[in-house]
Formats: sequence, structure tokens, C-alpha cells
Amino acid sequence: MKSAVIVFPGSNCDRDLAVALRETTGAEPVMVWHGETSLPDGLDIVGVPGGFSYGDYLRSGAMAARSPVMRAVADAAAKGVAVLGVCNGFQVLTETGLLPGALMRNAGLNFVCRDVDLTVANSQTMFTAKYDDAEAIKIPVAHHDGNYFADEATLDRLEGEGRVAFRYAGAVNGSARAIAGIVNDAGNVLGLMPHPERMIDAAAHGRADGRRLFEGLIEALG
Amino acid sequence: MTNAPAITAEIVAQHGLSPEEYERVLASMGREPNLTELGIFSVMWSEHCSYKSSRIHLKKLPTEAPWVICGPGENAGVIDIGDGQAAIFKMESHNHPSYIEPYQGAATGVGGILRDVFTMGARPVANLNALRFGRPDHPKMRHLIAGVVHGIGGYGNCVGVPTVGGEVNFHPSYDGNILVNAMTVGIADQDKIFYSAASGIGNSIVYVGSKTGRDGIHGATMASAEFDEKSDEKRPTVQVGDPFTEKLLIEACLELMASDAIVAIQDMGAAGLTSSSVEMASKGGVGIELDMNAVPQRETGMTPYEMMLSESQERMLMVLKPGREDFAEAIFRKWELDFAVIGTVTDTGRMVLNWNGETVADIPLGPLADEAPLYDRPTATKDEYKAWAGVKPLGDIPESTDFAADLLKLMASPDIASRRWIWEQYDHMVGADTVQRPGGDAAVVRVHGTQKGLAMSTDCTPRYCYADPYEGGKQAVAECYRNLSAVGATPLAITNCLNFASPQRPEIMAQLTGCLEGMGDACRALDFPIVSGNVSLYNESKATGGGNAILPTPAIGGVGLLADWSTSATIAFKAEGEDVFILGHSYRHLGQSLWLREIAGLEGRDAGAPPPVDLATERANGTLVRSLIADGVLTAAHDCSDGGAAVAIAEMALAGGIGADIEAVAEAGAPTPLLFGEDQGRYIVTTAQGDILAARAAAADISVIRIGRVGGDALRFDLQATATTAIIPLADLRRAHEGFFPALMGADAALA
Repeated sequence: MKSAVIVFPGSNCDRDLAVALRETTGAEPVMVWHGETSLPDGLDIVGVPGGFSYGDYLRSGAMAARSPVMRAVADAAAKGVAVLGVCNGFQVLTETGLLPGALMRNAGLNFVCRDVDLTVANSQTMFTAKYDDAEAIKIPVAHHDGNYFADEATLDRLEGEGRVAFRYAGAVNGSARAIAGIVNDAGNVLGLMPHPERMIDAAAHGRADGRRLFEGLIEALG
Repeated sequence: MTNAPAITAEIVAQHGLSPEEYERVLASMGREPNLTELGIFSVMWSEHCSYKSSRIHLKKLPTEAPWVICGPGENAGVIDIGDGQAAIFKMESHNHPSYIEPYQGAATGVGGILRDVFTMGARPVANLNALRFGRPDHPKMRHLIAGVVHGIGGYGNCVGVPTVGGEVNFHPSYDGNILVNAMTVGIADQDKIFYSAASGIGNSIVYVGSKTGRDGIHGATMASAEFDEKSDEKRPTVQVGDPFTEKLLIEACLELMASDAIVAIQDMGAAGLTSSSVEMASKGGVGIELDMNAVPQRETGMTPYEMMLSESQERMLMVLKPGREDFAEAIFRKWELDFAVIGTVTDTGRMVLNWNGETVADIPLGPLADEAPLYDRPTATKDEYKAWAGVKPLGDIPESTDFAADLLKLMASPDIASRRWIWEQYDHMVGADTVQRPGGDAAVVRVHGTQKGLAMSTDCTPRYCYADPYEGGKQAVAECYRNLSAVGATPLAITNCLNFASPQRPEIMAQLTGCLEGMGDACRALDFPIVSGNVSLYNESKATGGGNAILPTPAIGGVGLLADWSTSATIAFKAEGEDVFILGHSYRHLGQSLWLREIAGLEGRDAGAPPPVDLATERANGTLVRSLIADGVLTAAHDCSDGGAAVAIAEMALAGGIGADIEAVAEAGAPTPLLFGEDQGRYIVTTAQGDILAARAAAADISVIRIGRVGGDALRFDLQATATTAIIPLADLRRAHEGFFPALMGADAALA
């Protein structure tokens, strides 16, 4: 299983995502600098990490979305490579158009960092195969701009097509229809605000609910 | 030599130099300085940079231990944490800027302390802070709290260093002068530690990071004067932070540090290019020559005076090995940072600045740094201080009439209420190594990729320090020692941040020297040396109309080591049926307790003496607690501090979501002093192995009394002395504890 993690100036969860991928795939992920124009051959998973790419200046994820490497990521996604965008990575994926909608400032206006209760909205995606449908899990969030927005028609379509992967079980950031994570129409690109890579070891992190996301993905990719 | 305006007495005064100090400038120069030179003297001789009022007293602090690699004097302290690794840490104040502009003041405080740590080669792994605000209902306070919290979060979250702990107090003495102290802990390999002494005549001096702008000019001088009614006009002296650039600077510096290209490196903090270049040259015993035209500038038309005094953030100065300039430049260009060779190391012992083909400053380095003024300020004697502070002995105190109501009120009071509203705005988990999050006695962060854990805590009880500076200084160190011990970590060393009012008042000097004496005794007795620190004086304000001095606030930041982080203890009650013990003797000392202040309405002069600290007991009790945790005897541990044993028990219940029956209070007599007194050296612990605990405590001759049992969804205190049982449902307790900050700050606090 071969994976890569994209590194933008200002990424700060790149190492955490790499650790999670290393521990679950058993192989060291390739760290890919944002200025690269191509990805390594034979990739199965591309991780777009959390952090503050370009300081979140202008708009979260907006500048990173224009990085040379994102064209290569879009090409890989089109070929079916699994793309996982966490937090700022989710914002980058919406800004590149790989996922619909946008992440706005939290409704409460404050940055929020805590474990949140999530519901697995669709356990049939390649990212959620190790969860049960409607399972209640806990994964931390840490963001200022996690308030998911899309127009009603898009939201209806996301729900109708089973593309909402995770929902918040309580109020967190004002997201439309409590959406915490969505997949693209082909099902191989997931963007989510919670940080599964921060909850992969029950002893250190309290729970390991995030680990199953990686394990499920690896199993699905076979 | 360019000679702008002649130096008048007024210009000297504007630069914060006394007439006597200006005489010293004239003597050391052998001529009249020009404005640039005067500016350089003024910042180097400011209290902030020179420690001129505190230096002779700081020398008395213990700074050595076998595990200390580098004590005070460098950018941060360095201690050995085994396996060839070192922890590097320091705490620093950003009080004055944070009062004037809370967001940027606090943000740049975090940025500055981060640079102090990574400039020595460490990757920052944790931030902490110690905050003091004025009365919660002061008209300016919500704005200040919101700004400071958002500033700390805005900077720390963006650079990706978790903010894992801290402390917050409220007191009217901070109404016009809040305190923002920030601490960073980093980890480095011992063979990759970088120091600031310049060497190698002819080596290049390199500037990296952000460009120099006009922000923060004279920040160090501003931070060395008390506030007046016009302090808002000083806003242009506050620097503006750019955490994104800081993140790039961290990565670029660490990448370069992995090579052998660097001879010396120093961040540009207070007094910017001036203090960094002077310190590097004077520590190395060399000279320095700078080409001011080569300094990367954000604005056009900047003068050497402005460039030397700017406190623009996210800048570093380095001395590189010959021929390594291109290699280093490539790294900084990759990270999209400025890189410029701006000078050379010389053998003259002087600082020479050239600009537009002229020499615009030429100063001998000795007088700027090592020979800066040093004051032994008049200090009130202990008796004089006692008379001035006027703390009366505590008279007869009424018993609590409603124990449950008292506990609920205390849990909701500003100094005890849950700080969740604050720390949920800080990313306290980035790095995925935070194994004990905020809310416990100490935060624990894994040393990445190892079983080791670093425990850290910030502590100080200013009301104790006012009532008795010596005991208060001891107590700040002892509480830090206790907090680290309560998670099972071996306390290794501390950093301090000494916040006091004007040193030109003998009573304030008595506070400073008293606290330092207590601190020094505690450090010696607990083998807990001071490896770095910072002094912030002139923390008083006429802005609120009073001439208000802050309470003496010598904040302590401590670091401890766990060989195996997974053995660390937490405060949470774990399981129904486990026994609750109080470890350490209860003297029922109510003086200066929060119960007295919040319930009986007695504080300050009317609240008596603070609890004394017996350092030998503190050490013995801490040692026992740590060994009991390491051996798995204890299932939870929590130190008793603000609010005493009752508050400690309540916090443990809330953290675990389980109640307790506290039964054995009767035999100890009246419940108020026992449960609300703030006796030192005590821990509340739980265990399923009460016999072993009792035997181990007896062997160590340490008092341990079983006081109850974990269980249920309420706290029940069987108060036999008053023939009543106080029952407090956990839901009520939680509502009280969690309510204060959200009620104060409200949903619109982000806009305050």
C-alpha cells in the first residue's frame, strides 16, 4: 500500500497524517512538497493534511488549491486514487472543486478544539467500511472554519446519493445538515473536518475511533 | 558621521534614560552620541533588556543540577531528558503590549517565546501560558480576555504547536495592567543545540525571516515604564504577528540546523536587530559591522534608527560558517523567506553601522551589554514591608453555614471555574502527542516516537505573594513541583516570569527580593533549579485612576519527565468503590484561602497569613506520590491548592463523571478549615489498594487518611461535626463549574 502526504507552506498536521498512514499501511508515506508538478508512481492514497496552508490568509485553502501539486492530485483522483482531505485538507479540496460546497467561519466565531460526537452517515463508502451504519463515534475537531455550506440542491443531492459520510451529533460549527464529511460522486475523495489521525491509539488518545477510517480504506483498496 | 538633531535633555528623557545614565553614555562613548546611537543605548539599557534592577538578585537563584545542560543567559534553558535528547524551555512576559492591543500583544508573545526555543535547535512541542486579568466585570475586561485568548490561539494554532496548559487569575490589581506570560517547551538532540555567541572573524552575519518594518519601535522601552492615561496612544509600539511566517521560519531553521552551517544564531526579540546583534557579538567577545542598506525592509525610506529599533516579528540573525551562504540561502528561499548577508564578524569589540556610504553608529560593545547599568535599588526590610502590606492576623472565622452552597459558589468563582472556554479555543492536540490534555494538574506530551513523556505546568498564587512574599515565592515553586508529581513526573527544572510593579518603590523591591528568596530556597530544597526566565517590571497603571500596583506575580513554569508516559496519573475518579485518601497533613490553615475571599468576604489585608510551605514535607510527599503512581497503586491523584480539599475532590468527580461519599470528616473536627483550608503539600488520591497505600505512607512517615469512597452521581459530605450531610449532585456541580466563562464571555465574545 503506497501513500503520499502533500505538504503546503503552513501545513501542520502533515506529520500526524503520515504517522497514521505509516502505522496502518505499514509503509512510510512519501511527503510531497506543494511545488511538485507530479505525484510518485503507483500511489494508492493521497493525504491532504490539516494546518494553516498559507496562513489561511485570503480564505482557508484558497491559495493551496492553486499549488502546482493540486493539479496532479486532481488527475490522480480522476484515475481513482483515494484522496483523503482532513480539516484544512477538506478546505483545499472544496477550493479545488474536487468536492462541492465551502467551509465558512464557525457559527460561534471561535476556534473550536475538542472531541466531538459523530454519526457515521454512510458506512458503504471506501472510507467508512469499518464503521457500522449510524454508529456513534468520537473524533476531535480543531478548526476555525468548519461551517459546511452548499446550496439546497447540492445538499439534497449529497444526501440522496449517500455522499454524506459523517455528521456531527451535536452543535459544533453550524454546518448545514450537520455535515462533518462528504465524498465525491465517484466515492474516492473524502473531505472531513474532524481529525481521524489524532485518534488512532486508545492509550495515547483516549480512543481509536479514527484508526478504523484508515484500516477500512486500506481494506477497501485491497 | 551623520548628525541629525543634537541630543537634548528632552530627547534623552524620551528615550527613557535618566540624566545619570546619559552621563554614562557620554563617558563610554567619549563624545556625544548621535540619535541612532542614543536609541541603541536606550533599548539595551532598558529594564527589559538589561535587567538592571533585578540582575543582582537573580544571581542568587540556584541554576545548576547534574541534568542542567544550559542555565540562564542563553535564549532558553536546556535540560537532559535522557537518550541524548534535551528539553529546551522558557517563559516570557508580554504584558504591556497585551494591555494596549490584546490580540497582537498576546500573539506576538507566543511568537517570541517560540523563537527563543527553536533558535536553540529545538522543535517546539508545547505552549503554555499564565494569564492575569482584572475584575471580570471591569468594562474593558471582556475585550481584553477575548483578545488575549484569540491572540494566543490565533498564533499557536497556526504554527501547529499545541497549547496544552496554563493558569488564569482575576484580581482588581490587574484592571489596568493585565499579565500575559507565555511558555514554550521544545525538544532537541543534545548534539544539535545552538548558542548565540558569534565567532570567526570575517564570518558572514545573515538576516533571515520577515522584512523589517516600522512596527514595534521602542517596544522594549515602552515595556519598561508604567502606564498612564495615554497608554492607548502607544499602540504603534505594539508589534504585529504573522504566525504563517513563523511556521516557515521554524521549518527552515530546523532544516538548516540539521547541517553544520551555523556558527551562532539568535532571534530578534525585544529591541530587535539591536539586541540580537549586540548580544551575539558581546557573548562571543568580538565586534560586528553591519551594512544597513542590506537589511530587508518592508517600507521605503527607513532610517538606521528605525531599523535598529524595530521589533518586527519573525526575524533571526545568524553567523554562518565561511562558504555556506549559498547552501543556507537555498533553504530559506525554498521556504519563501528573506535571506540577506548584512554584515561580518570583526575583531574590534565595537558595533559599527554603515548606511549610504557613511558610518552612522560606532559604539563599544562593552558598555552596551556587560557594563550596562546595574542597580541595587532601595528595598524595604521585612518589617517595613509587613507594616506597609498591613496584613492582619486572622481572627475568629465563622463555620460554613451551608457547605453545599459554599462549594458550588467556589466552583463557580472566577479563580476556580472551568477554563474550558479558553482551552477549547487552543489546538491542544496537534502533533497527536498530547496524552494529558488541559484540565488536570499538569499536561503530558509524549516525546515523539518514544515512551517518554514531558509533564508541564504553570503556577503562582499572587495573593499569597502579596501577603508574604517569601512564603509566596516558595509556594509557587512547591505547587509546580506538586502538580508535576501528581501526574507521576519527576520534576526537573523551572523557568520563571517575574511580574512586579515599579522597582523604584522599596516595597515593590521587597516583594521581588522576598519572592526570589522563597523561590531560591524552594528550588534548592526540591532539586528543581531555574534554567531560564524573564523579568517584567513597572506593571502598574494609573489608567484606572489609582496608581495601582499589580499583586506580585512570580509565575513559575515547570517541566518534569516520565520514563513511560502511559503510567501517568490523571485527576479523574476512575471506578466505583475505590477509596479516597488525603495524603499529607491538614493543618486547617484558612488564611488567604479562596473560601475566605469568596464566602466570608475576607481578602488581602483581612485574610491573614498564607499557608506556610514545609519544603522537606513537600519533597517527601511528592516523592511518595510519584513512586505510588509508578507502581500503579494510585488510580487518581490531584494536588490540593485553590479552594482546598473540597474543590480538589469536586474536580476529580467532575473529571471522572463519578461522585463520592466523603465520610471521615467528623473525626477531624470542624469541616470548613479541613476541607476549604489551603494547606500545602497535600494530595487527594484514590486507590483500590488501600492497605498498600497505608503501609507505604507509614514507612515514609507521611500522613494518609481515608476520607471516603468513590461512587454515585453526587458528592456527599458527611459533616458529623454539624450533624448534617451535604449532598451535591454532579450535574449541579458541573453547571456551576462550567458556567462562569460562557456567562461572562457570551456568544458574542468573539466580537468583544
